[in-house]
Amino acid sequence: MGKKKSRPSQEVNAGSMADIAFLLLIFFLVTTTIASDKGILNVLPPKLDPNNPPPEIDKNERNIFNILINANDQLLIEDEFRDNADGLDAEIKAFVLNFGLPDEEASALYNTLPASLKAQVKRDPESSDSPGEAVVSIKTNRGTSYEKYLEIFDLAKKAYFDIYAERVNLTTDEYRTLTGKDDAEEALIDRGKEGIPMAISIAEPDKIGS
Amino acid sequence: MAKFSKKTKTEESIPTSALPDIIFMLLFFFMVTTVLREQDILVEQKIPQATQLQKLQKKTLISYIYIGKPKNTSLYGSEPKVQANDVLIGAEDVVQWVNQERDLLPEADRGMITISMKVDRDVKMGPISDVQTELREADARRVLYASTGKLQK
Repeated sequence: MGKKKSRPSQEVNAGSMADIAFLLLIFFLVTTTIASDKGILNVLPPKLDPNNPPPEIDKNERNIFNILINANDQLLIEDEFRDNADGLDAEIKAFVLNFGLPDEEASALYNTLPASLKAQVKRDPESSDSPGEAVVSIKTNRGTSYEKYLEIFDLAKKAYFDIYAERVNLTTDEYRTLTGKDDAEEALIDRGKEGIPMAISIAEPDKIGS
Repeated sequence: MAKFSKKTKTEESIPTSALPDIIFMLLFFFMVTTVLREQDILVEQKIPQATQLQKLQKKTLISYIYIGKPKNTSLYGSEPKVQANDVLIGAEDVVQWVNQERDLLPEADRGMITISMKVDRDVKMGPISDVQTELREADARRVLYASTGKLQK
């Protein structure tokens, strides 16, 4: 019998495997952008039909919460000049929940509200008649910065979400993350919104002074 | 004299044989979550911050439009421009672009198309309202103002 040949070891050296994996890991770490599809949802009004102009709506001045933003990002809120938007969400909330002159439907709505929201009802005759009538109007100028516009729009949305969330006894953040993916969530969303439409109107910006 | 038995030395090195597995796990996580950019963004994008963010349920319904100052100002000028897909377009081409995007969706979802507007924070409302007018014209009325979260006071 001949001598056995000494075979070279058959294992592949795996000591540098970790280094190779690290290299790949770092490549993917650097190139990854985690897609973010978050934002503020807005539904634009339908397009104007020249043959069928929208009906003239006369709403009482007291039912409209006017916010004007000029080209220098200064605010005119309900005919009052402001430099910043602090506290605007609370004002909008008070405006929507005013119930100044509720009709039958609005009175029924009032009775369904939880006590914490009823406590915020001011019944000021100078402010909105009922949540169904109340409209928040945001008018910008062509020179207004997008950032300011979004800030104001954000606050108006916050006011409504606060109301909805308080109605179904959630925090605002919890309410906002409801996506309606199952029936229970859908029902919760609807219960928050019922009778209080989110009426934020975005007026066409003016051209003057920009 | 009392005899002291020598203390046995404890093992000092940490076993690293599982390290590659851990690294591979991380690697797979990043490989799966990575979305490689398929388009170059030609305009500046400093996304503004907001608090009332919502997430959309169906991502397939979203089409992106980018508005901002061009990065290459010598080629495209310094006025804010609109980018859809890979090219800069004028506001008047938005309707056509929306219709193209809508045709890519399954028929049942076409009414629910959502336009995510990624707008640079320095853009003025003028160009944005022009685009919005065109979107109304194209009947793509669901708009998402893309923004990042802000810490609430």
